Amino acid sequence: MIENKGISIWFFIGSLLLIYGVAITIANVYEMISPSMEKQIVLRELNFGVWWGILLVIVGLIYFINFRPWKKGNNNKN
Amino acid sequence: MINNFHSLLTIMMTDPTNLLSLGWVDSFIIIVYFIFVLGIGYYLLRFTKTGEDFFMAGRKMTAWIAGLSFVAANLGSLELMGWAASAYQYGILATHWYWIGAIPAMLFLGIIMMPFYYISKTHSVPGYLKLRFGEGSSMLSAVSFGFMTVFMSGINMYSMAIVMKVVLGWDIHFSIWVSSITVMVYVVLGGLLSAIFNEVLQFMLIWLGALIIPIIGLIETGGWDGMVERISQNFPAGDYTHLWSTMGSFQDNPMGIHWTGIVFGLGLIISFAYWTTDFLVVQRVLSAKDLRSAKMAPIIGAGFKMMVPFIVILPGLLGLAVILPPLVGENQVSAMNPHSYNEVLPLMLARYAGPGLLGLGVTALIAGFMSGMAGNVSAFATVWTYDIYKPTHLKLSKKEESDAYYVKIGRWCTVLGVFVSIGTAYLVQQFASIMDYVQALFSFFVAPLFGTVILGMLWKRATAAGGFWGLFAGIGSSIGMWAWVKIYPGALKYIALSEHAKDMAENMYRALWSWLICVIVTVVVSYLTRPKADSELVGLVRGCTDIPSEGDLPLIKRPIFWASIVFAIFIVLNIIFW
Repeated sequence: MIENKGISIWFFIGSLLLIYGVAITIANVYEMISPSMEKQIVLRELNFGVWWGILLVIVGLIYFINFRPWKKGNNNKN
Repeated sequence: MINNFHSLLTIMMTDPTNLLSLGWVDSFIIIVYFIFVLGIGYYLLRFTKTGEDFFMAGRKMTAWIAGLSFVAANLGSLELMGWAASAYQYGILATHWYWIGAIPAMLFLGIIMMPFYYISKTHSVPGYLKLRFGEGSSMLSAVSFGFMTVFMSGINMYSMAIVMKVVLGWDIHFSIWVSSITVMVYVVLGGLLSAIFNEVLQFMLIWLGALIIPIIGLIETGGWDGMVERISQNFPAGDYTHLWSTMGSFQDNPMGIHWTGIVFGLGLIISFAYWTTDFLVVQRVLSAKDLRSAKMAPIIGAGFKMMVPFIVILPGLLGLAVILPPLVGENQVSAMNPHSYNEVLPLMLARYAGPGLLGLGVTALIAGFMSGMAGNVSAFATVWTYDIYKPTHLKLSKKEESDAYYVKIGRWCTVLGVFVSIGTAYLVQQFASIMDYVQALFSFFVAPLFGTVILGMLWKRATAAGGFWGLFAGIGSSIGMWAWVKIYPGALKYIALSEHAKDMAENMYRALWSWLICVIVTVVVSYLTRPKADSELVGLVRGCTDIPSEGDLPLIKRPIFWASIVFAIFIVLNIIFW
């Protein structure tokens, strides 16, 4: 965050992406197992939502772990 | 709570013709977004004690944070929707606003202008004008910037509410009040620091939400070549995928513009004026922790700006390739062609986005609006407090107030800015033509201001009288040219060099002429008046200021090295898509 104090903005971003990634992965795995009939999207067979959710979880985890405030030396990073 | 919010969103979907409908996970994503931005504002309250903290984010931002927020603040409310629609209408020509209309100016700001803004320790662009030219020019630019910023913010707010109504069926009042009060709360709490942090978060969300369309779209069309082939099949008469080859004549391209208008009007005047003197974006860079970071921030911003067409222009082009029947203008919508090209982005989202991804896409639209509005409001609060309120208060009361007093005023100005924006949004709802007039009004000030600032920075002979009268003449001539064409449309062939010129071309040529008039008047008046001594121009003007050398830095850490790389990529991209 700002110099010499506080939590890094990248930690907030990592946390948000992690939450989003988990929610999107769960929703799309459920959709893959029991597809809804009301909404048909193009290229549904690619299960893009599952892959995007996993990508968000990975990116979120990297930021979350790397910029966690309880890690030594992380309180002076933007 | 999520179920309640979801029910609320569902209830508001009163129109069965909505382009998109949200599921529970989409509502969850939107509500978590609002919790995060408010939470960040609340968390940052403890770090916002002094005026420097509130108005300049403590001048402690790294180049990356300042650079990302620099681009995010510009993304604005309708950036994604509007430029995707323009790409559908005009093809790849819309990319000029991201490349030649931004990159050279951003690099110029970083390398040439930033040292003077930064070394002078000014808090704003009008603040720089005060140091360089005195109170007259400063007050003229501060008042025009302050009012235009909140008015534009209101117009964007109303436009966004309309988009949310069309796309999701949300109530207009709900969109206006929820989004603007959220922005107000987090900017009042954490000032510029909060605005910048949320802009970085919003920038990430905009990319992650919007990136879905070009990726799946290119898979569907079989890559770039497949997309171009489909566009040629759907629209055999038009050329939608070349940047420059159709610009030899006004009639050869759908924008009705000649390459001179793009290069000189957009590339040299409008973009330089916006990116180097619009305080909304410059404020982000002024928050950098040191001069090297301040120089690097616009360069990093330019790198990201160059990539934005991937999420903004490409969806429009993909729409040309895959959406049938073709989209039409708003006034041509019928049972045969039910959608206008303004709806291309939500239509593409509906085509590709499954559960959650839809919520992420809608969050990207909301984040775009909020980052733009926070930019407007925080810049307004700074200019109003430091450049209008403080000198006026000093003159009237003859009393210097404490730093805490001005922080309090800044917080109230934020509230005032938000409410004036909301008022403007409702005014536009009643009188739609106000939107055109305010947008025209905004364009009157930008180009002449660039003339005044650039002469002030690079020419030490420019005097206070020259600066004021040049700015005044530039603004006056811009208004005069606009009124001339309004009263006598035949004047278009003199202003825009062709009677076939469209509005966009007219704006560009008007900017070019008003800039030239500002420069000529500034030079003439300066030669007729007494200049300041060199000693008074230290830190403000090239030739009178010692700019710290970067000779001791390794090549890889020098801003000029990275600016050269970005510029080289910019040239290559223009050649590839020629």
